[in-house]
Amino acid sequence: MKIYIKYLILVSLSFNAYSERWEIGPSDSSQDEIQEALILAEPGDTVYLKEGIYNLRHGLSLDVNDIVIQGSGMNKTILDFSDQKTGAQGLIVTSDNVVLKDFAVENAKGDAIKSKGVKNISFLRIRTEWTNGPDSKNGAYGLYPVESIGVLIDECVAIGASDAGVYVGQSEQIIVRNTRAEFNVAGIEIENSYHADVYNNIATNNTGGILIFDLPNLPKQGGKNVRVFQNKSFKNNTENFAPEGNIVGEVPKGTGLIIMANRNVEIFDNDFYDNETVHIAVVAGDLESGDDNYDPYPKSINIHHNRYSNVGSEPDSSRGDLGPILVDIAGTNMPDIIWDGLLPFTQLIFGQPETEKLVLKELDETKFLNLDVFWYVAFPFFHSSSRDKSLFNGSLENLPAIEEWK
Amino acid sequence: MEIKRFLIVLIIFFNANIFAVNDEAILSSKPEKKLSDYRFFSDPAAQIPVEKVFPYILHSALFSDYADKHRFVYVPEGKEAKFIPNEVYEFPVGSALVKTFSYPEALNGGRKLLETRLLLNQESGWKAHTYLWNEEQSEAFLKVTGYTYESMPVKNDGKMLSINYRVPNQNQCKECHLKDGKIMPIGPKSRNLNFSIQYKNKKSNQISYWLENRIVEDHIPLDLIANWSDENAPIEDRARAYLDINCGHCHMPSGSADTTGLYLQLTETDEGKLGFFKKPVAAGRASGDLKYSIVPGKPEESILLYRMKSPDPGVMMPESGRTAVHSEGVSIINDWIISLK
Repeated sequence: MKIYIKYLILVSLSFNAYSERWEIGPSDSSQDEIQEALILAEPGDTVYLKEGIYNLRHGLSLDVNDIVIQGSGMNKTILDFSDQKTGAQGLIVTSDNVVLKDFAVENAKGDAIKSKGVKNISFLRIRTEWTNGPDSKNGAYGLYPVESIGVLIDECVAIGASDAGVYVGQSEQIIVRNTRAEFNVAGIEIENSYHADVYNNIATNNTGGILIFDLPNLPKQGGKNVRVFQNKSFKNNTENFAPEGNIVGEVPKGTGLIIMANRNVEIFDNDFYDNETVHIAVVAGDLESGDDNYDPYPKSINIHHNRYSNVGSEPDSSRGDLGPILVDIAGTNMPDIIWDGLLPFTQLIFGQPETEKLVLKELDETKFLNLDVFWYVAFPFFHSSSRDKSLFNGSLENLPAIEEWK
Repeated sequence: MEIKRFLIVLIIFFNANIFAVNDEAILSSKPEKKLSDYRFFSDPAAQIPVEKVFPYILHSALFSDYADKHRFVYVPEGKEAKFIPNEVYEFPVGSALVKTFSYPEALNGGRKLLETRLLLNQESGWKAHTYLWNEEQSEAFLKVTGYTYESMPVKNDGKMLSINYRVPNQNQCKECHLKDGKIMPIGPKSRNLNFSIQYKNKKSNQISYWLENRIVEDHIPLDLIANWSDENAPIEDRARAYLDINCGHCHMPSGSADTTGLYLQLTETDEGKLGFFKKPVAAGRASGDLKYSIVPGKPEESILLYRMKSPDPGVMMPESGRTAVHSEGVSIINDWIISLK
């Protein structure tokens, strides 16, 4: 009889047991308990991390599809990696259809949370932070989906990364929204990626607020179709604290947004203010990359209906190639928007195809500067920078919205 | 009671040859709790395998915190592995690769077995499991979450080191063994086996032995990879062999580190992809304030070497599999970078 009852319970459980809920609280054994749950969980399960501070010594990893890892709030469930001994991340996810929500990863020795090669990943109300503030010894990235398709980052907070707070690399179908990036070198960075919507975010107190980059010599390049709208990028005046060698180390402090290389980027309805160098910079990537497949020139960049105030009060000419040239050419009259003016040589002489030209539809009072860098560097006699926006009043089609994964 | 005993004897007599590998266990969807249930060994503590389980040695091996490794291959009766140039042999379903890690002097001056890792080839692909040896060294038990052996005494080059040896968790197996999204063996490639070792009864070239014993069906002779620890081999060969086995399984197209564009497998010939004047992509502070992965002639300016020299989890390479710095490996790569023009 006893056996019979047990059997019944098992059967009834198995009918309800499509999704199991693993509950773990902070304790001396939570390292093993969390990792065990992340390995033994079955698709559909939720791993729930109760309120508290978890002192973890080893990086965590998840490789099971269809899992939710849930805490009880980004300021309540805290995975603290201050004593981390192994693992290049706090948490790495390598499986599909994963939702991470309501917890924080603090002081990871490398990156905070990485997803690699996954389809569909959501970061909801997640905080990644290095609690000692800007420091070149902090980890590189806070939220770090790479080679992933279907990325949603919503209502997150990323603080103190020595590279980028939010870094989406070599990915597709991306939404970054309602997120605050603060005290990172780069606030939000979309790199070598296709189809991204970046909206309603706050980027402040970073070195550079938002970066849309395309870099050479990588498996996925040719970044394209990125919309950046309804964001506030302001007061990004933190001294650049990136370790040397990293591309963001070249970003001058006081930069609101940089577009480097890429095709089809639409920047609209954003607020830029109190950035001490420049609000928007449109620039070419590495011209000597040795990568034949790399196109360093930004194309079809559409900047319209943004609001700008108080720019360039203390321009930074200490970093990279751009800062010093900008300061030299602009003098004390710093523009809101700059373009380096670099083009393939034939286009420099014969002009650019209409559909690839930079488009600026902003109020008359918005200040623009074409740096004309090629002649500045190659043959200063022919150098003629220009502040005339009217040369950029072409038209480009608006880009479609990105659909959220379900 | 008597009947039960009789039944057990009967079952053993008819069903299970206790001196043969448990083929069902290899193919089972759930891993066994105990290593002995697979019956790979006739004397597990001494690492003596049963008849159809053969030891093998790699000419150039991955550094794992100075642990010794005892490797074994098993291919089920009537099946053979296929030879694929430059790649790992294509093993038939039901095959197993067994690797036990030990420290020679950690147990009161004697050998201590730490863990045994299994790669089991099933219909759905390779599965990776790790078994942790008990104090008594009589049995190893399945461990999915990983484990740290604190302060293991390890003698190297006359010096005693104290190493926190880390047994990987199940996901970490995949970090290195992943290729095109699937778990794959790394070591047993023809070019890493084509030399002679001592078997129970005779000394023989491993490839010939594998052919004789029908482990592989066919073979085209390939150049043997250099042994990185062979001081008489040219430095270029030693360095590339070292990078291949220690880094190339992640740093290759469709490997775990392919997002970096740095490729270190032996077959890579493009200097840029090998890291010559290659800028870091996502290294962060692990760049060590240096500009390029490899600056020919200048090891002190090369990020690759900087990361090999670091014990910091946010900096070091490989990301897992070691906690100590491999000074011999560092010295080989150092000398190689100096030799580059």
